[in-house]
This record gives sequence, C-alpha cells and structure tokens, in this order.
Amino acid sequence: MIQFDNVNKRYESGQDALGRVSLEIDRAEMVFLTGHSGAGKSTLLKLLTAIERPTRGNIIVGGQNLNRLRNSQIPYYRRNLGIVFQNHQLLFDRSVFDNVALPLSVSGCSRREVGRRARAALDKVGLLHKEKQNPIVLSGGEQQRVGIARAVVNKPALLVADEPTGNLDPKLSEEIMGLFRQFNAVGTTVLIASHDLELIARMRQRVLTLQQGQLIYDGYPSREPAY
Amino acid sequence: MMDTRAVNQRTKPAANPPERSRAAGAVTARTGVGDRFSSWTNHHREMWRESWARFFASPMSSGMTALVIAIALALPAALQLGLTNFQKAVAGWDGQPQISVFLHKRARENAVQSFADDLRGDPLVAGVTYISPEQALAEFQQSSGLGDALLGMDSNPLPAVLLVRPRGSDTTSLETLATRLRDSAMTDSVVLDMAWVQRLAQLTELGQRMSMGLALLLALGVLLVVVNSIRLHIENRRDEILVVKLVGATDAFVRRPFLYTGLVYGLVGGLIAWLLVSGGVWLLAGPISGLANLYGSGFRLDGPGFTYLIGLAGGAALLGLTGAWLAVARHISVIQPR
Repeated sequence: MIQFDNVNKRYESGQDALGRVSLEIDRAEMVFLTGHSGAGKSTLLKLLTAIERPTRGNIIVGGQNLNRLRNSQIPYYRRNLGIVFQNHQLLFDRSVFDNVALPLSVSGCSRREVGRRARAALDKVGLLHKEKQNPIVLSGGEQQRVGIARAVVNKPALLVADEPTGNLDPKLSEEIMGLFRQFNAVGTTVLIASHDLELIARMRQRVLTLQQGQLIYDGYPSREPAY
Repeated sequence: MMDTRAVNQRTKPAANPPERSRAAGAVTARTGVGDRFSSWTNHHREMWRESWARFFASPMSSGMTALVIAIALALPAALQLGLTNFQKAVAGWDGQPQISVFLHKRARENAVQSFADDLRGDPLVAGVTYISPEQALAEFQQSSGLGDALLGMDSNPLPAVLLVRPRGSDTTSLETLATRLRDSAMTDSVVLDMAWVQRLAQLTELGQRMSMGLALLLALGVLLVVVNSIRLHIENRRDEILVVKLVGATDAFVRRPFLYTGLVYGLVGGLIAWLLVSGGVWLLAGPISGLANLYGSGFRLDGPGFTYLIGLAGGAALLGLTGAWLAVARHISVIQPR
C-alpha cells in the first residue's frame, strides 16, 4: 500500500528532515509512527499526503508514484486518503454534518449520497445525534471523532492520522484508538503518528520509529522494546 | 486519479470477510459522468445561492463595496446618457447644414421661382425653401420685436432668401454647391453656415471620448475594488481553503465561491448604478422639460431604459467576475497546506 524507497527530504533551509528512509506498509496494516518532535514524523506524513514532495527517492501509494503526480492530480489523489489532524481542523462556521460531508461535496457526490454516507460515518463514531450542532460546542474528544468521521467518509483505502490523541486524556485516547482499530478491521490501512508510547504499546501493532530523519526501528514492541 | 482498483484486486486475500471486501471496494466507487455533471451544476447553484447569502450576511461591508462599484459606474453611464440626450436635443439640425442664399433686391419674383425650381432639380440639393421679402419681414417683426422700427421705413429692406438644404454634408460637395450658387447672377451673397455644425460634431466627439476614457478609468477602479474585496474574503476563509484542499478539492472548486461573490458584487453594483442614474434623470427631468418649453422645444429627457439596465448590470457583473478571477489567481494558489 505504501512504499518509501530511499526517500530524502531536504527543506529549503538546508535541513535534512528525512534521510534515505525506506519502508513498506501492506494493505490493511495498522502502523504507528513514533519519534521525538523534529524526528521527521510530520515530514513523512506531509510527503504521504502530497503536501510536500521528496527531494530524492520514490514514494508509491496504492500503486501510484507520488513523484509522477502532477499538481492538478493531487486533489484526486487526496480523495483516496483520509487525514486526521491533531487539532482536527474542523470548520466552525458550519454544522457537524456539513463538516463531515465536506470531502463528499468536494468530490462531487450527489446530495442523497452525501447525506447517506455522512450520516453513516457519524453513526460509526457515535455522534449521529449531534449532526446539527456546531462543532465548537463539542468536547475535545467529540471534535476529534468528527474529524475522524470526516476522514473516513470517503471510505479511503488509507487513513493517516497526525497525533490524533495529542490533546486527549487516556480514556478518550483509548476510544479514538478503538475507532481506528475498527476501520483497520474492515480493511483500511491505518498509519498513526503519535508519541504516546504507552498507548502504542497497548495497541500491539507494528511501530516505526524515526530519529533525526532516520528510520531506527521497525517492529512489534510487544515482542521487543522500542528503545 | 489513483488507480486502486487493480491493486485491490491483486492484493485482496481470498479469505476476505464480506465486510472487508465491501470497504475496500468502496474506495474505487467512482461517480459516473452524469452524476459528476449534475453535482457540478449543483455546486454552481449552491455557490450562487451561498454568495447571495454571504452578501446579505454582512450587509454593511458588502453594501459599501457594491456602492463604490455603483458610483464608479454611474458616473460614465450618466455622462453617456447625457450625451445621448444632447444628441437627441440637437437632432434635426445636426449634420444638416443649410445654405442661405440672399438674392439681389432687384431680382424679379418669377425669375427667382424658376431659379429655385432649377435648384430643386440639382442632384446636390435636397430641398429649397423660398422666403419672399414680405415673409422675411413678417418673421423679423414677429421674432425681433423691432417691427415698429421697420414700419417707419418706406420700403422693405429685406431681400428674398432661398434656404437650400444640400443632399450631402461633406465639405467638398457643399463648397461646390456654394460656389455654384454664388456664381448665379441673382445671388447677392451666400452664407454657408457650417462652422457651428462642425463645432457641435467635434464637441460631441470630445464628450464621447471623455466619457469613454472616464469609463475605462473607472472600470479599472471597479476591478481594483473587487480584487481587494475578494482578497479579503480569501483571507477570511483561509482555514476553510486549507481544509478543503486537504480533503481533495480541486482549484476550480476552491475558486468557485469567490468567483460567484465577485459576480454578485458586480451585479448589485450595476443595479445600484442604474438606480442612481434613473434617480438623477428623475431629478433633472422636471427642470429640463421646463427649460425645453421655454425654448419652444418638445424635448424630454430620456431615462436609462432597459438597455442601460442590461448593460450596466451585465458589464458590472463581468467586471466583478474578472476582478474575482484576478484576486483568486493571485491569492488562492499561495494558500497551500503546510
């Protein structure tokens, strides 16, 4: 599903954010990406979401080489991607429903289809009863669930989350992780960047650890320690 | 678009539970061309509605922008309308110079008549009006109020006059005709009154060009106003633009609401401009018809009719759209997710 082949990213400032990273993530895998801040987690996610382009190396997602992606194709590439942000990036000028429906209206779904799928996604995260509210009145955990509903409403093959539990207490984090696990269980490839090592350990999933732009660990921490 | 279908087929394990294959299959669910088109038109409709809603959501700021556009457009429109009305007022004289042929006092009436008949047959002449000395005297007494002074004279001092309307109005044929009239034995003097016609034409032309220049300049002003307003709109909706770009919005999708907003600004501005000009005409109509009456003319001020409404609203909408394009082209591509 995801293949990084000797990927290097050097920012214009001359700083090497990623150096020669190679990795492979299979379809329907659930993988955690960890490392200290500045280790290159965000850069890796930005490359994956086509926000940035690699300086060297190839990134292949779902059979598509991102280097060959023209700027005009990026929107279409992103429609097959679910992105969850740490600060959920919800729009407070519209209802929960409209937030979740955004990717659908962007990709040109019919109104009926939008209603059906947005409600299904909201139902999945347990917030269907709040569809008419403004997300600003929701709690942090609920806002993040709306963000997740928005990320999965397109039924993406790949779900990418950047510190999705960053601002949440352990119980809510557990809930959110439960959601990701559910999506993974139905075949979605899930990549979660997080520095909550305790939570990651409990999840017993594959972990990738970055340090100073290098991939220093790739394995299952339940069997061997991450550090 | 990412071709995930093939990959799905290849990598899907055989023992997939039905749930699983459904989820994977949904990724490749494509919308058909017909659906796409209808959703595209739907989005246009939605944006059209939404831009009106946004316009009235902040009536003060949008109203002021529209008013600036309106004033900028009302000025050249009013000038243009004034010129059209002026041309209408002077129509009947304009472009039709008249040659006054003053005949010798001693010319006999029947000789004059046959001279006039000859002239009527001339291909350069459109018409001839004969004014006898008696008629000229009566007219003079009536209009000058100097009748009493003339009564004291024992004979009529006025000559007979032929008013010749030439067929063409170009200078050379007029000069040819004037020379021929001058050469006639009966002619005392010929007055070719063309100067004022030329002056009038030049003045009208000057007015036209000035209103044209003003219109261009103010259209540029309108464009800048729209560009600036749309730029502010884009800044205000920066977060939204970032989010929709991240969930896969094309540039066209992101541009659309702003283009419609520009269109709405222009349209409203154009309508207000039309109302302003109409109001101006309504204010001036009374005094102008009074003035026209005093000059013995039935002239009535023409208001900005339907053509002006269409022209102003359409032109302004086009300007609004162009301004929005300029703003969007400059500012939206800069907003990229970081």
